[in-house]
Amino acid sequence: MTETAEILFTDEQAQLMDIAESFSASKSPVDAVRRQIEAEGAIEADIWQEMAALGWLGIAIPEEYGGSGLGLGEVVAIVEPMGRNLLSSPLAATTLAARAILQGGDDGQKSHWLPQLAGGTVAALALTEAHGDWDLTNLTCTAAASRDALTLSGGKTFVTDAAMAEVFLVSVALDGAPALLLVEAASLPAGALRREIVIDETRRSYSLNLDGIEVPKANLLPVDGAAACLKSLHLTACLFYAAEMCGGMAGVINVTLEYLLTRRQFDHFIGAYQALKHPMVDALVGMEQARSHLYHAATVFDGPDGAAAEIAVRMAKAQAADAFAFASDRAIQFHGAFGFTYDCDAQLYRRRALWCEQQHGDGAHHRKHLAGLLLD
Amino acid sequence: MSASQQELDEFRTEVSAWFSENKPADPGFLLPQSFMEVGTDQQFEFLRDWQRKVYDAGYLGMAWPAEYGGGGREQAFQDIATAEMVRQRVPFMTNTIGLSWAGPLILNMGTEAQKEAYIKRILSAEDIWCQGFSEPDNGSDLGNAQLRAVREGNEFVLNGSKIWTSLGAYADFIILLARTDTQTNTKYEGLSYFLAPMKITGVDPAPIKKLTGEHGFTQTFFNDARISDSCQIGEEGGGWQVAMKTLTFERAVSGGQAGGVHSMSVSANEVVEMARRAMRDGRPAIEDPIIRDQLVSFLMEERGLALNNKRAEIPGLIAERPASIAMARKLTNSEWRRRLNQFAVTLQGANASRYVGDGDAIDGGRWQRGYFNAFSGTVGGGTSQIQKNIVGERVLGLPKSE
Repeated sequence: MTETAEILFTDEQAQLMDIAESFSASKSPVDAVRRQIEAEGAIEADIWQEMAALGWLGIAIPEEYGGSGLGLGEVVAIVEPMGRNLLSSPLAATTLAARAILQGGDDGQKSHWLPQLAGGTVAALALTEAHGDWDLTNLTCTAAASRDALTLSGGKTFVTDAAMAEVFLVSVALDGAPALLLVEAASLPAGALRREIVIDETRRSYSLNLDGIEVPKANLLPVDGAAACLKSLHLTACLFYAAEMCGGMAGVINVTLEYLLTRRQFDHFIGAYQALKHPMVDALVGMEQARSHLYHAATVFDGPDGAAAEIAVRMAKAQAADAFAFASDRAIQFHGAFGFTYDCDAQLYRRRALWCEQQHGDGAHHRKHLAGLLLD
Repeated sequence: MSASQQELDEFRTEVSAWFSENKPADPGFLLPQSFMEVGTDQQFEFLRDWQRKVYDAGYLGMAWPAEYGGGGREQAFQDIATAEMVRQRVPFMTNTIGLSWAGPLILNMGTEAQKEAYIKRILSAEDIWCQGFSEPDNGSDLGNAQLRAVREGNEFVLNGSKIWTSLGAYADFIILLARTDTQTNTKYEGLSYFLAPMKITGVDPAPIKKLTGEHGFTQTFFNDARISDSCQIGEEGGGWQVAMKTLTFERAVSGGQAGGVHSMSVSANEVVEMARRAMRDGRPAIEDPIIRDQLVSFLMEERGLALNNKRAEIPGLIAERPASIAMARKLTNSEWRRRLNQFAVTLQGANASRYVGDGDAIDGGRWQRGYFNAFSGTVGGGTSQIQKNIVGERVLGLPKSE
């Protein structure tokens, strides 16, 4: 029987979490979050540069490529506090692109791109398509090979922070099999990117029209690893979303508690009423389990047992999605009429929760896959 | 100096072998799943003898002081022995109130004489302990306890009754919360706490029949029962503080328990196995997508609760609310257990209607009985609703509910 109750938390993780919490709290107080919603980018360029200078973009990149050679567990420790403070950035996408290049790229691609990504070059992920299927191998976009180039067709959706990106990791079908390739922003024709209007207003999301774009064959990741790489991308994205959601839950629970401790009705702080108090305990209990699943997943994710890692991360994503949905939904309700307004911060978290739940699979979807892993 | 990994590994091998060899055979009757469910003499004697055997082998109270009958070793050894008991699914240690609540309390604040008199006999199950907190009119409102203890010289005279006394019919001693002063400013100040004998004139435990149809506990009547004032633990009038201390042991917020397994664990995997046998629409139930989703949810929650325990040991991961997981543990675990038993019953299809005693009942009817008995966890020791008040107030900082 494998050890299923394993959680390790390193000194590096603890330090990074502390720094990331104070960084996120100072850069992203809620009025700054609201100002940024109106801004062109999801994050100010100088804040992004500070994150690069702190070494956060190279955490999971080996030292030989300019990173610090730590693991995904250390990335989780900074993504969680960012989620708590609703700080939006291309950190997760850039880290995921670097991981895909590290796992599935050739030596030239690694030595060209990884040092750049560790240093602050933004990468964007172009993995989902108009059908909305969470199965990343369900590909309608194609690449057709000519002599030394690939010609692309089709469209990608939910490409976040595309306007900041210098490189896109794009999935296509090549000769009927999944393939991953790197498309440089400079090679995109005008109008290829179109801003999408998405439910989480702290995010900048775009569709990407690939029709007619030509990419040198050197930008194709070796095809035999592409399917495994896509699965790894999917699960790693789930890990980061679980971290972001755990942070978001902590944030929204505190926002709600503050209101329950200031608002008075019928001569009592409304937090004294059990009809509100008890669901807040349910939210707390859901968050505690989500965090425990998260740090277990972070512990075993890059371990030797791939099935154990997949089980752990799917559980983390499923639990976090359902618990964040509950906590943020109740946050709106418990703010009463104020909760119905745009000014109330509860909606920021509810929108964030919906985005995170709907990208890379909701709870029911992951439970379905878990059933296959656990019951068959 | 703490034990080396090698010592611990060797100990694990030793203890594992001992339980493999000495685990009792199926007694031929359905055993209870916790001390709260002991209903027949046959069950009681079997479990008492088993605890004695485990203690004599040296695997209980291993971290309690040797001068009072404990093992005098590091907690790590007891943790290994306890984990092995859980893993091998051996019967539970029936003197739970002594081992987990009264014992640690006596070690923590008892007199030297009390430690010498009680600790070893708790471990060996020579003395069985029960708890006298709840009263017929005061369940969750513990501070309102009304059983009277009136001082007469060196004695207290007890009058009133306690209820839901698990093991009341078998117990030798009771941890008892009683009112020694009715004229205090607050209800809490008039309470005192006793380690009182049960087998004396004037103490009469009357069995109560549970919803399962079994006798699991008693209403315990006190009619002019006289006890020595040396039975008192803590200050006269300081019983509330002692009761609160007891609850930290009961809810496992404080450590210091003797260890050992205290209820037959229920695992979601057992229900998964049942789903392979149960049928839906001509196919094994485990192929039904809705049932699969439910099974996975139970497995996830089971693992989440186990992981909570692990995370609670890592200060950096519980920094914001250090007591959160421990304070909610009774709530989360007892509710999960109740829901899992309930699900296991409905999973049986038409056979869910059978009960203990029917020859064709699935698993002897233990899931049906387990579901009913699971309410002892969601009610006893403070209902889930009271637990939510406690967590809401002490962990989340919300105002007290009126």
